[in-house]
Amino acid sequence: MNEAWIIVLKRDLLLAFRRRSDVATTLFFFLIVSSLFPLGIGPEAAVLSSIAPGVLWVAALLAGMISLTRLFAADFADGSLEQMLIAPQPLALLVLAKILAHWIVCGLPVVLLAPLIGLQYALPNESLLVLVWSLLLGTPALSLIGAIGAALTLGVRGSGLLVALLVLPLYIPVLIFGAGAVAASQHGMSAQAHLSLLAACSILALVLAPLATAAALRISVE
Amino acid sequence: MLTAQGLACLRGDRLLFKNVAFELSAGGLMYVLGENGSGKSSLLRLLCGLLTPEEGAVFWNGQAIGQDAELYQTDLTYIGHLNGLKDDLTALENLQFGARLAGNVVDNVAALKALTAIGVARCANLPVGVLSQGQKRRVALARLWLTRSKLWILDEPFAALDTASVEVLAAQLSAHMVNGGMTIITTHQDVAIQAQSTQTLRLSA
Repeated sequence: MNEAWIIVLKRDLLLAFRRRSDVATTLFFFLIVSSLFPLGIGPEAAVLSSIAPGVLWVAALLAGMISLTRLFAADFADGSLEQMLIAPQPLALLVLAKILAHWIVCGLPVVLLAPLIGLQYALPNESLLVLVWSLLLGTPALSLIGAIGAALTLGVRGSGLLVALLVLPLYIPVLIFGAGAVAASQHGMSAQAHLSLLAACSILALVLAPLATAAALRISVE
Repeated sequence: MLTAQGLACLRGDRLLFKNVAFELSAGGLMYVLGENGSGKSSLLRLLCGLLTPEEGAVFWNGQAIGQDAELYQTDLTYIGHLNGLKDDLTALENLQFGARLAGNVVDNVAALKALTAIGVARCANLPVGVLSQGQKRRVALARLWLTRSKLWILDEPFAALDTASVEVLAAQLSAHMVNGGMTIITTHQDVAIQAQSTQTLRLSA
């Protein structure tokens, strides 16, 4: 019975593959937003590298955000969500599979693209590595926390903006530790503490978010 | 056996129905009738556990359906007025996903057989998005050929179907009841379905 979540994961990845343009939108958004800053601020390496951690992390937050509304909306509209709610499977597990698929499609590409963007900001090699690590540990928390917001605003008019208002404040700890890790490495300090805290955020979200999302979905579908 | 006691449903601040009670035993068929907006679909969603009743409770074999939800959901197949199909997946993929999610092991051959039974085998490898309303409905209903669950709850299954498909579906429903299954159905069409016992529940607004 546990394989139900694998089926959901596979289906969502297959759907994302069939709708590649949706995935590309998120990635290009991240690419463009993070490229605007060097263009607007000018090519001064010292300024750019000092704003880099914050800017790159905020761009990653926003890129994850714009894809959140799609997480459950399509399944809600065509009735697949109903079928998941009455499937003889733990709903939290199915939800976790959907979140994992969302992260693989929207989070992982951002992680992989980040070092390339980091080069525009004149980040030294060791900071680039820390940036990748921080995003790798932090973006799962973004998808997990975001799922709660997406579930709560399901079927509400103007849900896109509402999700942002609900979820962005909850992203603050992840942003602080994520950007902090990169900044620490820039100043020659160890990023270990920040990375550990990021991992802790993700693990905590991993335990709580699927349950909260499942409960929110039951309420929204009523 | 499915038992409902004193069900009431409130949507917004409008009372759709109250004091709805019935008992459906093995081999039984129940029609839920009522005009548009009388709460037929809400009643079906309530029986599935998708809605919580304002008052009353639903029991499956003497146990409240919320108590062991997974047990009840294994015995339940619900096809609502939404088809639950993804436009970007093919009919075959959709059917297999739906059946596996419900806990039935389904290979390509079985799924194709189900699509053939309801006459949409030609569309098996087409994305559902390009199919007509009636074809989509038939792909959704093909699940009834794969499920082993005892209780079927169907919301307007005959809507959008052509005459030949209506007959095929009615035959499948009759076979289900002969094998001791139960069906709760809403419909505006007059279709002959054989059952060990037939009852009608009329909702008045």
